[in-house]
Amino acid sequence: MFANFLKTASVAALATVASLNPAYAVDLEFYFPVAVGGAAADTIEQLTAEYAQANPDVNITAIYAGSYSDAGQKALTAARGGTPPQLSVLLSTQMFALIDEDVIVPFDDYLSEEEKADWIGGFYPSFMENSQTGGKTYGIPFQRSTPVLYWNKEAFKAAGLDPDVAPANWDEMVEMGKALTLKDDAGNVTQWGVRIPSAGFPYWLFQGLSTPAGAILANSDGNKVNFNDAKVVEALEYLVDLSKTHEIMQPGSIEWGPTPKAFFEGEAAMVWTTTGNLTNMRNNAPFDFGVAMLPAKERRGAPTGGGNFYLFKDSSDEQKEAAVDFVQWITAPEQAATWSIATGYIAPRAETWETDKMKAYAADFPPALVARDQLEFAVAELSTFENGKVTQAFNDALAAAIAGEMTAQQALDEAQAKAERILKPYQ
Amino acid sequence: METARRQWIYAWLMLSPAMALLILFTHYPAVQTIVNSFYSTPRGRRKAVWIGLDNYQTLILDDVFWKVLMNNFWYAVWTIPLSILLSLAMALWVNDKIRGRGFLRMAYFTPTVLPLIAVANIWLFFYTPGFGLIDQIRGLFGLAEQNWMGSPDTALYSMIAVAIWKEAGFFMIFYLAALQTIPPSLREAADIEGASRWYYFRRVLFPLLMPTTLFVSINAVINSFRLVDHIFVMTEGGPNNASSLLLFYIYEVAFDYWDTAYAATLTVVMIAILILLAIGQFFLFDRKVHYK
Repeated sequence: MFANFLKTASVAALATVASLNPAYAVDLEFYFPVAVGGAAADTIEQLTAEYAQANPDVNITAIYAGSYSDAGQKALTAARGGTPPQLSVLLSTQMFALIDEDVIVPFDDYLSEEEKADWIGGFYPSFMENSQTGGKTYGIPFQRSTPVLYWNKEAFKAAGLDPDVAPANWDEMVEMGKALTLKDDAGNVTQWGVRIPSAGFPYWLFQGLSTPAGAILANSDGNKVNFNDAKVVEALEYLVDLSKTHEIMQPGSIEWGPTPKAFFEGEAAMVWTTTGNLTNMRNNAPFDFGVAMLPAKERRGAPTGGGNFYLFKDSSDEQKEAAVDFVQWITAPEQAATWSIATGYIAPRAETWETDKMKAYAADFPPALVARDQLEFAVAELSTFENGKVTQAFNDALAAAIAGEMTAQQALDEAQAKAERILKPYQ
Repeated sequence: METARRQWIYAWLMLSPAMALLILFTHYPAVQTIVNSFYSTPRGRRKAVWIGLDNYQTLILDDVFWKVLMNNFWYAVWTIPLSILLSLAMALWVNDKIRGRGFLRMAYFTPTVLPLIAVANIWLFFYTPGFGLIDQIRGLFGLAEQNWMGSPDTALYSMIAVAIWKEAGFFMIFYLAALQTIPPSLREAADIEGASRWYYFRRVLFPLLMPTTLFVSINAVINSFRLVDHIFVMTEGGPNNASSLLLFYIYEVAFDYWDTAYAATLTVVMIAILILLAIGQFFLFDRKVHYK
């Protein structure tokens, strides 16, 4: 008993000495979520280990924190309890909520003017839209994506369309969709022209319609929305008409999960989904497929999506400096290339695409470039203060219109009124 | 005098471990929830302030809350009687001496053993339009595909079906246990008297099973508020809250919207409903339950 006690005491003493040892001067904890499957977690751990090896004075622990919403809850709970991670990858749309909770600090204070210009300035501007507010940078883009259109070349050929040309605009998508929608003798559809998943969070892919229509859903201060703008209404009417008038998309709300499978099974000839599915599609599609930017209306356009690095407030200056250093390292070209190739996320800085690794990857698999090229037209993912509530009000409106319970105009007017009520304290 | 006091001390000592746990993890949080419902949600930049009944006013004006409450009502109305009837029928069926009885019992009990989240993933592919199991079967008869989870008319009923399927096997075990305590002499006496099977069930078996029915129905009521895991996996309450239930909405408000004060208010409403139901069941139902 006593011997045991001695052992414990000496271990504790050693641990104290170890923590005083300058070799382990800074402890960093870092939460990360995984949204699209296994390879991501392994890659992060591998990169973190690499960093730890090169920097023995930093003791960094990467903690897998579940889905995006799990990770958000865990980080916030820890921050409220006074022991936040120093660093976390969370949804870029949570920026305003995290500011409102007063748990994050901008990166600016830990960067020199030069770094601000070169490093911050090196990210694709469309990714920075969800990462900056009030002239400060709160998020550093990391696992970011954008939706693209995947099309089944065999189905295109069978329908008498050019298998190498995807629809460039809304009208073409309807036209091609009509040619691609097949019915059996009983009149039941065996292949839909297009599939735009809308269950759960319809707003994201809907931004792939509202942006081309020429609407921006929220301002950059996160306290005003334009849900019932005439262009948003037009976009929603188009979406509803795909099922109702043109009958080229399955009616009702459409699940995200089975979307790749629906594509593989020939259930839908064109699908809209995230670039995060690129590797999955590449490995599993039993036919030749193409990847294209979302079709244009007034302009091309799509939302960005995914997660940013955030710097948490409740930690020492040394920790914050070490954390910023780590973020700079992991977003540097070599590391970002490894990450992007393993997952399908878009490397967030132009210079990454100049590395040999990335060039070889793009040469081998050109569709990977489509998402990057679309960034030029991409806008911020819908994000405001009280983001959950505001987005939900918008989602409910979209779902109601898709289900035919309300007209697009009615549903969006209602969402606008709700959102204005919620955002009032922030104006 | 002395022994009486000592017995008091014993009594308290015996009670205190359980009571300490109950107070710490049940009563204190419940009271705290009620208190929180009168404050605003604390944000980092703004502390919680007393706002009286504001949260309750929001609740009355919140059309999502009313929709969710109605959904929960229909969820209860369908799952409670159907799962009880189904479990009773299954128990009577596997209580008889039939071939493959062990296998049947196991088959009926399997849904209970499987975790709901895993099961929901399987059901997800049953319901999937087009290539899902149900639509493939419908396809054999030339019926059109049906978007079960994606249409507001069927989403809630799709969730109800999963819940009944999940619960019935569990309740069957209780009925089966109860059936095995009923002496066979009753059956023999009924046979001699020439009572029909139905008459025997209605006048003898069913009344003897009443305490089990009470227990099972209380569980079914609790489950109709508690069994929401599959909604996370299958519909996330959509489309347009058509399949959202009270507990799911509370989770959404608390952990997606981070509006903890409003979530506390919703929780108070839920606790009040559950207390009322429990009181109703114990005091009104309990008297008529026992066979005299």
